[in-house]
Amino acid sequence: MSENIKFVQGNEACAEAALYAGLNFYAGYPITPSSEITEFLASRLPQIGAKFMQMEDEISSLCAIIGASLTGCKVMTATSGPGFSLMQEALGYAIMAEIPCVIVNVQRGGPSTGLPTHGSQGDVNQARWGTHGDHAIIALTASNHQDIFALTVEAFNLAEIYRTPVILLLDEVVAHMRERLVVPQPGEMPLVERLKTSVKEGVDYHPYLPREDGRLPMSDFGEVHRYNVTGLFHDMWGFPSSEPRAVHGLLRHLVDKIENRVNQLARYKEYYIEDAKHLLVSYGSSARSARHIVEKRRSRGERLGLLELQTLWPFPDEIVREKCAAAQSVIVVEQNMGQVLQSVKLAVDKPDKVFLANRIDGVFIMPADILKILRLIQGKGV
Amino acid sequence: MALKAYLRERFFPHLWCPGCGHGTVLNGLLQAIEKMGLSRNEIVMVSGIGCSSRITGYVDFHTLHTIHGRALAFATGVKMARPELNLIVPMGDGDALAIGGNHFIHAARRNIDITAIVMNNRIYGMTGGQFSPLSGEDVRATTAPYLTIDPGFDVVELSKAAGATFVARTTTFHIKQMADIIQQAILHEGFSVVEIFSQCPTYFGRKNKAGDAVDMIAYYKENTTPIGSKAKKENPNLIERGIFVQNEKPEYCNQYEQLVQKAMKGR
Repeated sequence: MSENIKFVQGNEACAEAALYAGLNFYAGYPITPSSEITEFLASRLPQIGAKFMQMEDEISSLCAIIGASLTGCKVMTATSGPGFSLMQEALGYAIMAEIPCVIVNVQRGGPSTGLPTHGSQGDVNQARWGTHGDHAIIALTASNHQDIFALTVEAFNLAEIYRTPVILLLDEVVAHMRERLVVPQPGEMPLVERLKTSVKEGVDYHPYLPREDGRLPMSDFGEVHRYNVTGLFHDMWGFPSSEPRAVHGLLRHLVDKIENRVNQLARYKEYYIEDAKHLLVSYGSSARSARHIVEKRRSRGERLGLLELQTLWPFPDEIVREKCAAAQSVIVVEQNMGQVLQSVKLAVDKPDKVFLANRIDGVFIMPADILKILRLIQGKGV
Repeated sequence: MALKAYLRERFFPHLWCPGCGHGTVLNGLLQAIEKMGLSRNEIVMVSGIGCSSRITGYVDFHTLHTIHGRALAFATGVKMARPELNLIVPMGDGDALAIGGNHFIHAARRNIDITAIVMNNRIYGMTGGQFSPLSGEDVRATTAPYLTIDPGFDVVELSKAAGATFVARTTTFHIKQMADIIQQAILHEGFSVVEIFSQCPTYFGRKNKAGDAVDMIAYYKENTTPIGSKAKKENPNLIERGIFVQNEKPEYCNQYEQLVQKAMKGR
């Protein structure tokens, strides 16, 4: 079979991947710079008999896909900063009630309305802590269209495996940029389908009683098992409970199912790390400039390396510590005031050797911006 | 099927106060469902937050107890994904029309086949007696120690204007009418709104010296009248109850099905 090659925006790569992963219910609300995802799916989903809805706001968009997920659909919504802020309560609900769903946040400059048409990576910590209360979250990112495709499919798979919302943190630059995308053939990438209960009709089904491996098989709304779903702390029936043991047990379950699998969930790419004297750590569109510098300087014999993170949460501490151990200096390249920088400093043995190369003016971070910091570290002056 | 078979007795006693009207609403709702002979597997009940919203825990349907004000948004997702299921969404007055007002008017505008029940006790009970957008003026509440100055919504007029195709009102005194109206609302294909006056003796009653539960139910009896009755002409202050709107208009899920046919042809 010939290759299916497209020349598309990152947003379209994400939407294509969602269809590949089996998306059959999407709800969204217009917002720059993510609207192309919604537009693309408004055209494509009805063609395959799947559901598309434009809702009255971002709150209802996330609520609607959570409802649809409970009937067995694979669901997604996409938004940007202001909409992502509105979604935080329902995001917490999906975490608490353990509902698989994918939330795409195409980041733009913030706070508030900020810079609607300019790139930023300022929502990294919001993805982690935007919703209230202790919890764990999975957040993925990508720097190019092929990876956006792969990580979007991955987001759907992880949502099913862990029964949790998965956040895909894209940014305006990769979302609006056009480049080559090879759409994988059907079957080429593994897809995880909904784990359904084998409990027969008439036998008690406990929707919130994890199996030995921690997974919770589901039963679709409309099928033979009727149960309660709530955002309150609940028992194995899904019925509200404030019994201390039930509360403690559920919170531990929600956090442990993700935080105990940090290395398993870590997705990253590495370039020339082994002998790197100066190691760049980057992600999303910023990693493109970082990689450019590394390739260019390597050709001149300079020992530069790049660790490109694709899983931002749970933060892969051990892997980052290990990869950074031998480097003389570590430079975190990102378009915010140092959100991943904080995590890298916490992860490494010597936080003093970690520096930040960033831009916060809405302008895409260029190789020259990174070079300036590198020259300072190398004692070469500005 | 006996009414009891629709209850999850495992989770009783319920948390409603003595004299609360919400148990009566649950009774009327289950009578309607029993009369229709609906199977428990075909019903999805979605609720938000508040005293009223705890109703989902007690009934043996597919139940989704969600976040404050958003029950209709969740229900919209369930209904669109599985149009063959019956969606019933009980809400409190604050839940439905303060924080949830936007979702309420948009669900009505779409005319999606969902039965919305507004259990109107004119107060926030769960949080301790604050006024709601259905309290109306001159009501005493914990957040209105000098009486409310906020005009209230008229649920019937609001629902009509927003496009609901079935709009009705009844009270906890009129239990037979309640069961009958809920049955018709569930049968109606489109967005149905049933407003039910439901007494809160604990907060509204005490704050406003409205007496106990019996007094409050008697008030519903004495101050409401069937739509277009002679009594209404004589006393315009009486509140009308009954079915105000029962229209046939294209239903959203059916419309979407037609859109799919169009999209598939144009492929």
